[in-house]
Formats: sequence, C-alpha cells, structure tokens
Amino acid sequence: MSWDLIDIALMLGKILVLFFIVLTLAAYLVLAERRILAWMQDRIGPNRVGPLGLLQPLADVIKMLTKEDLIPTASDRLLFCLAPAMAAVPAILTFAVVPLAAPAVIFGHKVNMQVTDLDVGVLFFLALSSIAVYGVALGGWASNSKYALLGSIRGLSQLISYELSMGLSLVPVVMLARSLRLSEIVDAQAQMPFIVYQPLAFLIFLVSIFAECKRVPFDLPEAEGELVAGFHTEYSGMRFGLFFVGEYINIIALGALASVFFFGGWRGPLLPPICWFFLKVSVFSFLFIWVRGTLPRLRYDQLMHLGWKFLTPLALLNILATGWWLALR
Amino acid sequence: MEAILFYLLAAVTLIGTLCAITARQAVRAIVYLVTSFFALALIFYLLGAPLVAAFEVIIYAGAIMVLFLFVIMMLELAHPEKLAKPRLSEWWPALILMLVVIGSVAVLAAARQPAPPAAFHGITVREFSVTLFKRYGVAVEVISMQLLFALVGALYLGRRR
Repeated sequence: MSWDLIDIALMLGKILVLFFIVLTLAAYLVLAERRILAWMQDRIGPNRVGPLGLLQPLADVIKMLTKEDLIPTASDRLLFCLAPAMAAVPAILTFAVVPLAAPAVIFGHKVNMQVTDLDVGVLFFLALSSIAVYGVALGGWASNSKYALLGSIRGLSQLISYELSMGLSLVPVVMLARSLRLSEIVDAQAQMPFIVYQPLAFLIFLVSIFAECKRVPFDLPEAEGELVAGFHTEYSGMRFGLFFVGEYINIIALGALASVFFFGGWRGPLLPPICWFFLKVSVFSFLFIWVRGTLPRLRYDQLMHLGWKFLTPLALLNILATGWWLALR
Repeated sequence: MEAILFYLLAAVTLIGTLCAITARQAVRAIVYLVTSFFALALIFYLLGAPLVAAFEVIIYAGAIMVLFLFVIMMLELAHPEKLAKPRLSEWWPALILMLVVIGSVAVLAAARQPAPPAAFHGITVREFSVTLFKRYGVAVEVISMQLLFALVGALYLGRRR
C-alpha cells in the first residue's frame, strides 16, 4: 500500500471541489447561453430572478426537481432511468484528467492541479467520449417512442462517425508531445502552443467536438422541427435536467480539452495559470453559443459526408504530413 | 486495498456476464456486457496495464458493442419471440467449453507462479509501444494487413447490392 491518508484526503478534496466548480459553471453556462442568444436575436432574455437574472439557474433547478417525473408505461423502466446518468457521467468524468493549473507545492508535497495524471490521459478522454453514446442510444430506445428512437439512431451514427475524426485529429498532438499524459502535453507547449504547428488538426477537432456535443449545426438527434425533442422527447423533470446539464458539462469539458491540446492549457503570460485556463474555456464556451446563434442545421446526408468523406481523410493526411515533418526535421 | 477492489471487480464482471447471457432482451444484454467490460478494464488497470484497460473500453465497450446496439435498434428486436429451449445436441459445445475452462484453471493452479518483481508499477505506454513495435513489429504489420483485407472485403460485399 503506497497510498497514505493525506493522499486519499487530497484526492477526495480535489474531486469535491472540481465537482462543485463544474456543476456551477454548467448552470451558469445555461444562463449565459440564454442571455447571449437573446442579445444576438435582439431580445432581453431572462433577467427577472435576482440581479441581472443571476439566480435563474437556482430557479430552474427548483422547477425541474418539483416537476412531475413521467415514465411512459410501455418503456423499459430500468434503462429509461439509467440513460440520463449514462449521458451525464462520462462528461463529468472527463474532468478527472484535465490539468487546471500549474502543480503547486503545499507543505512540501507536490500537488497536481488535476484529479489524476493518467499515463493514458488522451485515451481516457476518447474512451469516455465513446461511452457517452450509450446515454443517447438507450434513452431513445427505452422510451419506446418513434421520435425518440429516430433521434437516438441519428445520435448514435453521428457520434460514432465524429468520434473517429476527433480521435485522428489528436494523433498529431500526441506525436508532437510524445506523450499521452495531459500534463506532459501542456508542458510540451511551453514555448509555442500546438495551434501554431497544427491549425488543420485544430479545425478538425473543433468541428468534431461540435458534433460530439450534438450542438447546432449538428443537432440532428434533437432537431426540434421534425423530431419533437429527439432522444429525450419522453423525459421530464430532473431526468431531462440531467441530459440537459450533461450537454453543458460536455461543452465545458470539450472546451477545456481543446485548450489543453492546442492552446497550451493553463500556460500564458502575466495572469496566473488558473485565470488563463478559465479564460480559454470561456472563449470556447462563447464560441459554442455564438455558433448556435449563427449557423443553420445541416442536412443528414451532409453531416455524414462531412464526417466520413472530408474530415476523416483530411485527418489521416494530416497525420501523414506530421510524420514526414517530424522525421525530416 | 487492491485485493478488495479486485474481488469486487471480479464479482461485477462475472455477474454482468451471467446477466448478459441470460437476459431476454438483446439491448439489456448489451448493457450488462458493457458493465462487465468496464469491470474488466479496471482489473487490467489494477494489474498495471493502463493501455490495455483504455483499449478495452474504447474498442469493446465503445465501438463493437455500440455497433451491435445500432444493428439491434435498426432491426427492432425490441420484442423477440420466445426462444425454444435448447435441445440436448446443442449442449455439447457448452460442455466442452466448460471442460476447457476447468482444465486451464487446474493447470494454472498447479503451476508455480513466479513472484512479480517488488517494484512493479505497471507498464507505461512508452515501454509497451517500444516492445510492441521492436520485438513484434512484423506480427503487427501482418495483422494490420489482415485488417485491411477485411476492410476491402467488407467494402466489396457492401458495394455489390
């Protein structure tokens, strides 16, 4: 047993603090999205609850918790209840490997500002994003409703397709950093962030994470105009809330990972590391909202063609080019 | 602590797999099987093979089982008709398999295991890949060519319609 009590206590503390921060950020991201979208569409948005509407997330949570929790009679009860958790948990777990700031020294103890510095950090993230498929698929299937089923089949094929290009776009990053460890990837960007060497990989990653989030312009699994609400049509109350908050946690997680892989994570001049990290994640979150306010939805065949016939071959070519460049340098 | 975790995970793996083969609905069987894959991945991690653990989840739970799920959902096997009871002639593969399992457990139990080195902290990705590509490079290439053939074959079969 190499673990002593301090380490376990520290780990638990980190997990609790991170959990609290992530949930709060997700709740306020919902509010930010509503306000920013309203501003883009020349409306006012929610501004009644508290000063500037800042207590709106609290009101939303109370509303969701007190709503009636419907379970359709013909549904598969076990899977119906399990699916929202299966959608939200992978998104939260992703934060376990994200380095939030430079390692600190407390009482002569070197403390990493991340829950765990896994040797296979990048793969851990890819594994979790491939697991996130189950929430969408099972939620729609267990509802026993045709709209939900259509939405979840769409979601399933979309997530599988874009997982591929997302994984491939990270290979050049790993090649440059020579490590799968997220802290070492950040360290490798001490001189220059990887966006400078790998703009193409970044663009592929960016498009793929939009698809992985099921956000506009890739929100076909929940296309309101045709599928009611897609895979979560039959959900109400806090079960719907879990799907909903999972989506926003996912936005923050993917924004955090994009800044770790391509923008040097917590690195930056003048400001303290945690501020830089927060700033980068906020910019990405804003980008998600901005795109939602700007772009129309893709058609389904366009979505599939973009993923399989454009992004994936491009990512493969990029890996090849990176390999040549690294070998000839 | 490692021992407790191991037995817990082993129990989850066994129960998950048992539920998977006895479940009536195919979708539920997939969920049970994925659960047991997760426990299995954690066992690999405990044994000091994080890379194998990650691949277990990415490939088996995240890719193969998702494709199974996709096919089942597309074919709408939601309400399968009642299966007939297996006939006696269908039992013998299971019996042979059971004998093989019992035999290998007996062999493993009889063999004296070399004690693992004291300072064993698992295999890093770097060590793993160096061994894989230096010592077994040819084998890796042969397998990847085989996968490529399978891919081309699948493409051909898909195109013919």
